[in-house]
Parts: sequence; C-alpha cells; structure tokens
Amino acid sequence: MSGDVLVVAEHLGGAFADVTFELLGLGKKLAAAGGGSTAVALIGGDEAMAGGLGAADRVLAVGGPELADFNPESWAAALEAAVEAARPRIVLVGYTAMGMDLASTLAARTGMPHAAFCVGAEAGERVTAVSQLYGGKMNVTCDLGAGPCVLSVLAGNFPADDGHADGSPPVEKLPAPAARGRVRFKRLIEPEAGDVDITAQEVLVAVGRGIGSKDDIEVAEELAEALGAAVAATRPLIDAGWLPKTRQVGKSGLKVSPKVYLALGVSGAPEHIEGMKSSGTIIAVNTDRHAPIFNFAHYGMVADLFDVCEELTEAVEERKG
Amino acid sequence: MNVIVLMKRIPDLVEDLEVDGSGKALDAELLKLTLNEFDDHALEEALLLKEAAGGEVTAVALDGEEVDKMLFTALAKGADRALKIEGAGAVDGTVPLARVFAEVIRGRPFDLVLTGVQAADDRDGQLAPTVAALLDLPCVEVVTAVHPEDGKVSLHKEYSGGVVGEFEVDLPAVLGIQAARQTPRYAPVSKVRQIQQSATLETVAGAAGNGGGLTVVQMTPPETGAGAQMLSGVDELVALLESKGVLR
Ligand SMILES: Cc1cc2nc3c(=O)[nH]c(=O)nc-3n(C[C@H](O)[C@H](O)[C@H](O)COP(=O)(O)OP(=O)(O)OC[C@H]3O[C@@H](n4cnc5c(N)ncnc54)[C@H](O)[C@@H]3O)c2cc1C
Ligand SMILES: Nc1ncnc2c1ncn2[C@@H]1O[C@H](COP(=O)(O)O)[C@@H](O)[C@H]1O
Repeated sequence: MSGDVLVVAEHLGGAFADVTFELLGLGKKLAAAGGGSTAVALIGGDEAMAGGLGAADRVLAVGGPELADFNPESWAAALEAAVEAARPRIVLVGYTAMGMDLASTLAARTGMPHAAFCVGAEAGERVTAVSQLYGGKMNVTCDLGAGPCVLSVLAGNFPADDGHADGSPPVEKLPAPAARGRVRFKRLIEPEAGDVDITAQEVLVAVGRGIGSKDDIEVAEELAEALGAAVAATRPLIDAGWLPKTRQVGKSGLKVSPKVYLALGVSGAPEHIEGMKSSGTIIAVNTDRHAPIFNFAHYGMVADLFDVCEELTEAVEERKG
Repeated sequence: MNVIVLMKRIPDLVEDLEVDGSGKALDAELLKLTLNEFDDHALEEALLLKEAAGGEVTAVALDGEEVDKMLFTALAKGADRALKIEGAGAVDGTVPLARVFAEVIRGRPFDLVLTGVQAADDRDGQLAPTVAALLDLPCVEVVTAVHPEDGKVSLHKEYSGGVVGEFEVDLPAVLGIQAARQTPRYAPVSKVRQIQQSATLETVAGAAGNGGGLTVVQMTPPETGAGAQMLSGVDELVALLESKGVLR
C-alpha cells in the first residue's frame, strides 16, 4: 500500500476552516513518514480555493458549485469517490460538525478502522493514534493496523502554519456522484449580533456548570464588572438558556484569545478547550483537582468558585478604592 | 412520528477516573456511570416530536449495569416503550455495535432514530452515521432543533461560531442530537418507582460482534506538560492579575 494521505478540506461560505491547514500539516508529516504524498479532497470548491492549498502535493476537486454548501449525504458520497480515486493509507478528517458526518459514514461504508477525538498520530509500519477521551481525562493510544484507516482530528492540536505554503499543486477533477437528494441544505443562519463581543475582550470571566444555577451567574457578573471584563460560558449554560449563544466559547461557539481567561467551574472538555486554548494566560478555578482544565491552564486553584469570586471581587474593588 | 432513541450510560466525568492493571482500560470497580447527557437531549427531542406530531417513542439500550433504571426513567418521562437488547453487552466498536442496533431497528416501524451526538468514552466514531450507513438511511449529526413536516423533518445543524445550517431531511432518517429545544425534563424518583411496578421492559436478543479494527495500546491520563502553577489563595491571584497588567 502507498503511504499517501488524503486530507478532507473543510469550508463554509467559501472560506476554509483553520482545521483544514492543521490537517494538511499533519498529513504532510504522516505522508513523509510513510514515503507517500499528500492529497486534499476539495469537495464543492472552486479554482480560487484550490489555489489556497499550496502545501498539498495534489488536489482532488470533487464536483463544483452544486456541492458548495455542506451536505452530509452528498459530501459523504463525494468523499468516498475521492477515496476510491486516491486510495490513501490515511484519511484525515476534522473532528468537527462536518467531520462527524463524514468520517463515520466513510468508515462504515468502506470498513476502514476509524479513530476519533485524535490529538496525535503516527505512521510507521502501523498507524497509531492518540484519542482524547472522557472529556479530556484520559488519552488512549490505538493501533489501527497497517491501513487504510480514517482519523478524525480535534481542532487546535496541530499548527496550522505547517499546512500553509506557496505552490500550485495539480488539480484533478472528479465528477460529483449522483445526488440522492434525501438531505437538502436550505440556508445558513448567522448568529444574532448586538450582545457583548467576547472575542474582543482583554479579560474574560468564563463560567461553567460549576456555577450551579442561573441566578448564581450574578456573582460572576459582579466579578467581571469589577475587572472590566465580560462573562463567557461553556455550552451547557447556553443550552440551559442561562446566557445568550453569543457568550459560548468552544467548538460550536466562539474562538477567543483574551489576555486573561479566568475559567470558573469549567471542566475543560476538548470541545471547550478548542475555543480558548490560545488565550494569553489561562487561570482555572475548580473543586476537582483532576479536572482536565488544569492540563491547559497556566495557573490553577483548587477551590470553590463562589469563595474565589467573592474574595476576588472584594479585593479588586478595594484596590480601586 | 415514531421515534427510536438509543441510550447509553458512560462514566461520570466529574468523578476521578483510574486506569486498571492492564493499562488499557478504566478501572471498572471505581466507575460511577451516568446517562450520556446528549442521550437525555435526544430523548427530550423525541418526546417533543411526539407531543407535536403524535406517534410513539421507544427507548433502546444494551443490557448492562443499571440499564433497567435508565429505561424505566425514560418511560417515566413519557417514552411509550423501552427495549433492552440482551447478550450483546460485550460488543466493542462502533461498527459491530451499529450492526446490533440496525438488526433490532430494521424490524420495527419508525420514522426517526435519534442518538446523542457523541459519547465521551467512544474512540471510534459516531453511532448515528454508522447505523444510517448500514440501513442506507439519510443522517445528520450535531442537530439541535427538529421540526416535523409531512414525510420529512426540518432541522438545525450547528457549525462553529454560532453559525447554523438549516436542512430538510426525508424520513425515515437517523439524527445525532446535540441539544434538545428545551432543557431535558426530569422524572421524580417516585414516578420512576411507580413505573417500575407497573410497566415492563421488552427484551430482544442481540449478537456480540467483532471489534472495529482498533486495538488499544495504552490508556493514560494526559501529560500535563508544565502543568498549571497552583495558587494557594486569592492574594496570589490578585498579584497575578496585577502582573498581567489587567487590574486598573
Ligand atoms: C459537537 C459538540 C460541540 C460542543 N461544543 C461546545 C462548545 O462550543 N463549548 C463548550 O463549552 N462545550 C461544548 N461542548 C460540550 C462539552 O463536551 C462539555 O459538555 C462542556 O464543555 C462541559 O461544560 P462544563 O465544563 O461547564 O461542565 P462540566 O463538564 O459538568 O464541568 C463542571 C465543572 O465544575 C466543577 N465544579 C463544580 N462545582 C464547583 C464549584 N463550586 N467551584 C468550582 N468548580 C466547581 C466540577 O468539578 C467540573 O469540573 C460540545 C460538545 C459536542 C459534542
Ligand atoms: N452501547 C450503546 N448503547 C446505546 N446507545 C449507544 C451505544 N453507543 C452509542 N450509543 C448512542 O450513540 C450516541 C453516540 O455515541 P458514540 O457513537 O459512541 O459517540 C450515544 O449518545 C448513544 O445515543
């Protein structure tokens, strides 16, 4: 078998997601280790987009404008066509909202072994992957055999820079497989604006489920006010309707990188980490000393967030005089 | 609208997790299991669909520790049937697991199969698209709001940054649910007890299948790198914030 790697390009509204370049960088590394080359499966892209994939050895462009909008059914069929054409040893997919449709469908239809939640991968005689399981509490190393196989890679774990390079790889066109039409894309809905922009803050006070109830968010708001910061949150608080969606940090929320990210009662699940990892200084307060957030924080405190909030608000107010 | 919900218990992630002697699995003795929270959302969405469009909700699970209680709780919340698959408890791997569910589901009338979007203990991918592939059904993962229409549903799929894709999907279909339209309802213990006395769980045999082609080499808590520098009190925190120049 070849040592080739096929990277699935993810794009929305004509723009590539960062994870595409993270995968491309990783793909080049894995291909080099196996003496192969790196191809990108560009589904529903145009020529201009292919031009952004200079780091690849070649681009397999499946379909055109009819596949421009992501569709789980037609994109999965397009990916399968690309895999058939490229016969790679490893298929790299982002462990993202799109990748979650594509990778498992591909694995089920082709019988390729599949590792999800990947934060590491190596290609020697056999392919091994490290998956971050249990909300980030355990890393599991798996052997996927000699290949072919599929890896779904968590965003934010490989440098995107490695996937950027000048160049104009050859583009090979593949027709879009016949549409089955059972899943129909209607439209994209953009988030409502108008609330605080958490991506533009110097300091964020992020609250997680440790806050316990909607009413108690007030203590975080008081602290944020004292610090001149804004309150952000983990997904469960947004789902519960305690804060607007515009405050959500993470995989399906916003990506933030404030100077200081103060995480209160946040466990540090991979889906949350994805959105705040690049913050300048991460400070975590959690009652569970084994909470995964402490693996990503620069500073930590094993403490009750309510005690910390109260004391810190007081101290900051006092300092202001 | 007949809806099947696949449900599973996973280790409670708020608890301490320890690796067992083999170095490849969690120490089962210390494990506290809890319903996968996304499955609670899937059940809630199923109940909302039933309230809107009629039909039946069936909760389906593999036999296992405290699974009866999980299924009785689903009944107490409003599911019409609960089905326990026996004899497939040792299935490891998403594809063989999907075969078990596909076999059981195939024989039943349904419009939708709902799963949770993901389970934090599963290393080899999503069950929903896998079941869908085996049954040749359409599937969408990471779904939030499902609305019944004639012969189809419209739904939201969540991308990043709060961007949502609206889709229309022909029935029957399989969906991986990220969040229900409302907070999952709660069933009081008394009601679960009462149901436990009056209702019965249906059982069906499932066959244990082979693995999904992945072999676990090792399981370890993640390396912490430099790790967080621990602060012992709020004064240290104040000093830290000051040094970062964010205190005005
Ligand atoms: C496709 C997908 C997308 C997702 N997108 C996102 C996303 O964008 N953003 C996001 O955040 N999540 C996202 N999630 C959810 C994610 O998997 C986790 O469920 C979530 O991040 C957990 O939130 P949490 O840390 O608030 O809650 P928990 O994991 O329940 O953690 C609560 C923490 O609070 C601590 N605690 C409890 N009481 C106290 C106290 N008094 N003082 C201090 N600490 C206390 C506990 O020890 C625990 O660590 C997504 C999941 C999926 C499947
Ligand atoms: N063993 C299982 N029993 C019942 N449902 C399951 C099982 N494994 C996975 N599921 C369902 O599939 C969803 C996604 O899990 P996974 O595919 O393991 O990430 C879960 O939330 C459940 O709804």
